[in-house]
Amino acid sequence: MLEIENLSCGYGSQPIVKEVSFSVQAGEIMCLLGPNGAGKTTLFKTLLSFLKPLGGTVKIKGQSTEGWSRQMLARSIGYVPQAHGAPFPFSVIDVVIMGRTAHLGLFVSPSSKDRSIADEALQMLQITYLRDRVYTELSGGERQMVLIARALAQQPDILIMDEPTSNLDFGNQIRMLEQIRRLSNRGMTVVMTSHFPDHAFLCSDRVVLLRRGLPFLAGSVKEVVTSENLKSAYGIDVEIAELTAATGQKVKTCVPLMRTGSQRLEELS
Amino acid sequence: MNAKMTQTSERLGQTTNSSGKRRRVIRIVLTAGLPIAVLLLSFTLGRYSVSLSQMADIFRARLLGLPDPGPDSVSTVLFNVRIPRIAAALLVGGALAAAGASYQGLFRNPMVSPDILGASAGAGFGAALAMLLSLGPGGIQLLSFLLGIGAVALTYSIGSLVSRRGGAVLSLVLTGIVISTVFGSFTSIIKLAADPDNKLPSITFWLMGGLSLVGLDDLAILAPLVFIGLIPLLLLRWKLNVLSFGEEEAQSLGVNTARIRIATIICSTLLTAAAVSVSGMIGWVGLIVPHLSRMVVGPNYKVLLPVSALYGATYLLLVDDIARSALTMEIPLGILTSLIGAPFFIVLLLTGKRGWD
Repeated sequence: MLEIENLSCGYGSQPIVKEVSFSVQAGEIMCLLGPNGAGKTTLFKTLLSFLKPLGGTVKIKGQSTEGWSRQMLARSIGYVPQAHGAPFPFSVIDVVIMGRTAHLGLFVSPSSKDRSIADEALQMLQITYLRDRVYTELSGGERQMVLIARALAQQPDILIMDEPTSNLDFGNQIRMLEQIRRLSNRGMTVVMTSHFPDHAFLCSDRVVLLRRGLPFLAGSVKEVVTSENLKSAYGIDVEIAELTAATGQKVKTCVPLMRTGSQRLEELS
Repeated sequence: MNAKMTQTSERLGQTTNSSGKRRRVIRIVLTAGLPIAVLLLSFTLGRYSVSLSQMADIFRARLLGLPDPGPDSVSTVLFNVRIPRIAAALLVGGALAAAGASYQGLFRNPMVSPDILGASAGAGFGAALAMLLSLGPGGIQLLSFLLGIGAVALTYSIGSLVSRRGGAVLSLVLTGIVISTVFGSFTSIIKLAADPDNKLPSITFWLMGGLSLVGLDDLAILAPLVFIGLIPLLLLRWKLNVLSFGEEEAQSLGVNTARIRIATIICSTLLTAAAVSVSGMIGWVGLIVPHLSRMVVGPNYKVLLPVSALYGATYLLLVDDIARSALTMEIPLGILTSLIGAPFFIVLLLTGKRGWD
């Protein structure tokens, strides 16, 4: 579905991300991990064509996206930004209908068909009760769901989500990941960033790990999220633990280790 | 927990329904009734009062091709003075409010007014320069219109240079402030150079804004310009919703933001420069009216933009009625729009739902 080949990206002529290659199959979830400043956002902006690639190609369904119009891109890629404010008090349904823009002509306003597609998107996420609320009066988690609904109304092949769990409490983070899993079970291809490697264990099929000054890593969760790789990327000690829950479900989790005082002294000397 | 949630949402639904009904009534009164009432009132008001029945008689006679009933002076006042002035107030008010509403979406800020990119400052300088050079009324209007557009063109070109590293919207606003200040200073220089006995007062009076000198020939130029500016904005208005979510998001939703931005700027500038070149500096209309409209019909540009234009036209007509009939001498319109606008705006801020953060 999405193939990235030798993609270099950055601002001006200085690449921040060098020659990254990976591919995501239809219906898969790919989680992009990496420390601050490793270029997650830059890579995302290049995937969305906010930035021109400094080298390499982005292919969707085997076709390079170079030279695509905004409208063509938006019909293939839906973008879910981090929950944010809006300058005007739009109603939730109005915000979701804006997802239909890529399917409308230049001078055309949305029709009742677009309205019903927006309603379906709300239904799919089970947030129909928010329909007539004012977007700017919602909580962070609710806003995030509305932005996902907007991207679904866009009917794209790929959903790109910028830290969908940021600003959410513990319970809402997991509910958000469940929601993302449900979307992928329905055939949606998802590319998301996260600050928590645990999220990769919980809901992703593939992982790309960006590291500052080191080559990127890509592969299955099992291959990439290992204690050595996390240490090299984040510079902390991490162990991967596996536990069997009472339900019989096996879960892997990352356990970071704090350094003790004497270790820190050793490091200094 | 789910049951509780549906319950509260149902209750919320009920309250919004009953307040929704009241809102709809207010909406209909404000959108249909008020403009008609103000329009009818405007025909009758003035130093030479014309009653509604007198007016109806004259209109009927004109339509049927009969000679004017009653004294000649009534129909002369009505057709040569009052109707052009009413039409000018409607066009200027509608143009300024539509330009302001569009700019608020484009710049994602409810505090933006149509002169943000320098259109008014440029137009004011143009008019002052024309008066200094002793050009006639046509020359004043033309030079004012051209320099209004020129100032925005300058803002846009410098802004584009500044924004090569991104942040197109902010660079435009900041450059607009600079250009406005520069043209404001040019105007001051002209005032300094102008003859204090005749030219300086007329420049000062023009800058205060007013419609007392508007004639039919001004309208012949103003009306087409306003429609040329307004129609593309009305056609593109739904895209302004998307644009108000910011450059990158609008792009990700499939909008060619650069193209919509330049189209909006060209149309709004045309509207503002055309309006100011006829009426002088009339502040606040482009800021308050979109606010008021948003409170009545909500932020969706599909409804907001046409309603803003309608309310703008009605508002300026009403204020101009006050300007020409409140005192024995005419009050400059620009002074009144600020004096009425400022406290009105504070009331809106205090009582209205803010809806921005």
